[in-house]
Amino acid sequence: MGRALESAEESVVIRGLVRFLDERSGTAPFVKKALRYVFPDHWSFLLGEVALYTFVILVGTGIYLTFFFEPSTASTYYAGHYAPLRGHEMSVAYRSAVDLSFKVRAGLLMRQTHHWAADVFVASIVLHMLRVFFTGAFRKPRDLTYYLGLTMLVFALLEGYLGYSLVDDLLSGMGLAIGYSVLMSVPFVGANLALLVWGAPFPGKAEFWSRMYVAHVFLLPILIATLLALHLFLVAARHHTQFRESRRTTEKKVVGIPTFPGYAPRSLGLFFSVAAVLFLLGGLVQINPIWLWGPYHIAQGTNGAQPDWYLGWLIGALRLVPNLDVTIGDYTLVPNAFWGGALFPLLVFMLLYLVPWLDRRATGEYGFRNLLDRPRDAPWRTALGAALFAWVFVIFLAGASDRVFVSFGISYVAQLWIYRVLVFVLPLAALIVTRRFCLALQESERLGQIRKQAEAEARGELPQTEQL
Amino acid sequence: MNALRRWAIALGVLALGRKQRRPRFADRPRIVPPGAPDPRAEWLVLGLLLGAAAAAAGFVVVYSFNHLSHQTQYLGLSLGLAFAFTAAALVVVAKRLVVTEELEEDYPVPGHPTTQEELEQLVAEGGDRFTRKRLLLTGAGAAAGALGAAVFVPALSLGPFLDTDALYETPWRRGRRLVDEHGKPFLLDELERETFYTAYPEGADKEEVGSPLVVVRFEPSELHLPAGRRDWAPGGVVAYSKICTHAGCAVALFRKPTFRPVEPGPALICPCHYSTFDPTRGAKVIFGPAGRPLPQLPLLLDRENGELLAAGNFSGPVGPSWWGVRSKAPRNPS
Repeated sequence: MGRALESAEESVVIRGLVRFLDERSGTAPFVKKALRYVFPDHWSFLLGEVALYTFVILVGTGIYLTFFFEPSTASTYYAGHYAPLRGHEMSVAYRSAVDLSFKVRAGLLMRQTHHWAADVFVASIVLHMLRVFFTGAFRKPRDLTYYLGLTMLVFALLEGYLGYSLVDDLLSGMGLAIGYSVLMSVPFVGANLALLVWGAPFPGKAEFWSRMYVAHVFLLPILIATLLALHLFLVAARHHTQFRESRRTTEKKVVGIPTFPGYAPRSLGLFFSVAAVLFLLGGLVQINPIWLWGPYHIAQGTNGAQPDWYLGWLIGALRLVPNLDVTIGDYTLVPNAFWGGALFPLLVFMLLYLVPWLDRRATGEYGFRNLLDRPRDAPWRTALGAALFAWVFVIFLAGASDRVFVSFGISYVAQLWIYRVLVFVLPLAALIVTRRFCLALQESERLGQIRKQAEAEARGELPQTEQL
Repeated sequence: MNALRRWAIALGVLALGRKQRRPRFADRPRIVPPGAPDPRAEWLVLGLLLGAAAAAAGFVVVYSFNHLSHQTQYLGLSLGLAFAFTAAALVVVAKRLVVTEELEEDYPVPGHPTTQEELEQLVAEGGDRFTRKRLLLTGAGAAAGALGAAVFVPALSLGPFLDTDALYETPWRRGRRLVDEHGKPFLLDELERETFYTAYPEGADKEEVGSPLVVVRFEPSELHLPAGRRDWAPGGVVAYSKICTHAGCAVALFRKPTFRPVEPGPALICPCHYSTFDPTRGAKVIFGPAGRPLPQLPLLLDRENGELLAAGNFSGPVGPSWWGVRSKAPRNPS
């Protein structure tokens, strides 16, 4: 067995595989191109990949959960191992979620990993979106890609909300009551819509649970997966953006590592890292201990209730709005929950959807953009983005003021009034400070260049730019 | 058999052998640039892969135990570590064992102007034989609209879309007893002052939005109920819907002043968004986002046995607000 044979045998395997596939699919040219497809290298380009891989984990753990979870509101009494709940009346849905946590081996690991993955999924999408915004990656020809990504974010929020609502613990019931109320608050048709979705006044018909379940395990995942496929197709069709790093990176040429052999192990490594982090969190860090919340009953509520982080901005908005119902005679045009629960997110998402158009209008730039801006290169965009982010973030923080009261004893009422002021002041401050900061960075860069040039001249070298 | 043996050898060699690479495609220039072997990195990768294998095997072992304390933690730890070792192996492969090239590639052309024109032409010519385009488009629009409606109308079966009357219904009616969650009637004499009770209509579904009440007893002199509600609180007992008028959560908190001179008065508070209601003044909103007071239920006292009964239905619809919430009072189920 000489080395020549070794090498030859390896070649035989590869050749066999390649021939088999190509002769049956004719994809050898495509595969060759795909293997030499170029990925520009920057840590921030990985955020979208993290979201993609988290979605894979979500689907995997989610399928496992469906084998044990029963989406039914039928009433039952708990008789399992967990003593504090024994004898309590609860829905079959809640009991099966508790059993899945305590009786099914590895069930709690899967449930907690699924929950952690949902939180990480939305977080990575949001960070990815911020990266895309602050570098101007949403510009033509990638505006369509951006819209698809934004729509996935909307669906991801809805998907997460439905996921923790299905369990029917006390917190999910409170969340559903709020969702129902926000839908009811839509001017004119709110009550009709809410009755349509819930089938009857809250808590709704038994069928509502099947509707949520089908939406959570089938409709929304399919929608997200379809949009994801389109998103990735468009990314590949127009190639990645890149920073202006050297002379080789231009609007015409993309520079980076090819899929194979360079990028594949990197990206696979990222996938396994994501999986490692999620399963370590799922196994070691408790999340949503539903047996502590107890089953939902309409007459019960708990103090200090908080949703998953990605709905914190909405609870903050619902809490901040003063008690204003707009009425016309005997009719209620705008019930209060509409302002914080519906108008606020609608406004934020409308602004986000308008970003590519607004940017074109503001800059007058209609051409193709493959090179990214650094945030400082576009001070107005960066400043306006920072202002919008500060606005949403301060409202998000306001949603946690009850926890701050419990932990630090600062009056809840006082905090709310402070936030009601900050909501106006902070975005403005963020706008001004960020813009100044960008301009200062530009200025210091310019000075640095001048100094370099002067030093070069002092050494008697001709500055490069003037050589021509 | 022979082929099978050769494949097995090839795979074994692939897995175990260390190679001195000779140019295998001597007739063609290399695609991937050459790089020096790194045996230490290979050992490292092997170690990491074995680590992954050990951790994954550990997962199987932990799983196979029947009653193991902290099983979830061990399962998560072993599976997480298996993934982490695999990730580390791949990172070493990426950084030290494969050649990291920096390639240039042309961005795709922005568009294909000629093909675009051809497509335009194709579509236009394909419709050449139509002479009444606008009329036909109108017809197509009508058909599409009606078909769309026909497809979506069955969705209305999901709920009573136009009939919102159910929102005004509650199980309360004159003479219905207040009971606690175990079905025990509320007796006036057993109610502590300034203590928070939850009551339900006797014999009705407790999980309906119109069912649960908050019941608090005050000194009658402390009550300042709105005009026309003077006799709604026999013995100083007031009853309100427990469902917040803002976002439908249960009003589950009661603020009881412990030292009257300096503290704010008693209040009912919803823990979802901290809407705060004054139970001595008809559950008027004193803080927070709720736009309406909690609907009040008029009470009766059964003089014979001291039980509390409903004297009618609520002062307004229960639960969150909608377009018609102020236009009608609730009624009894028919």
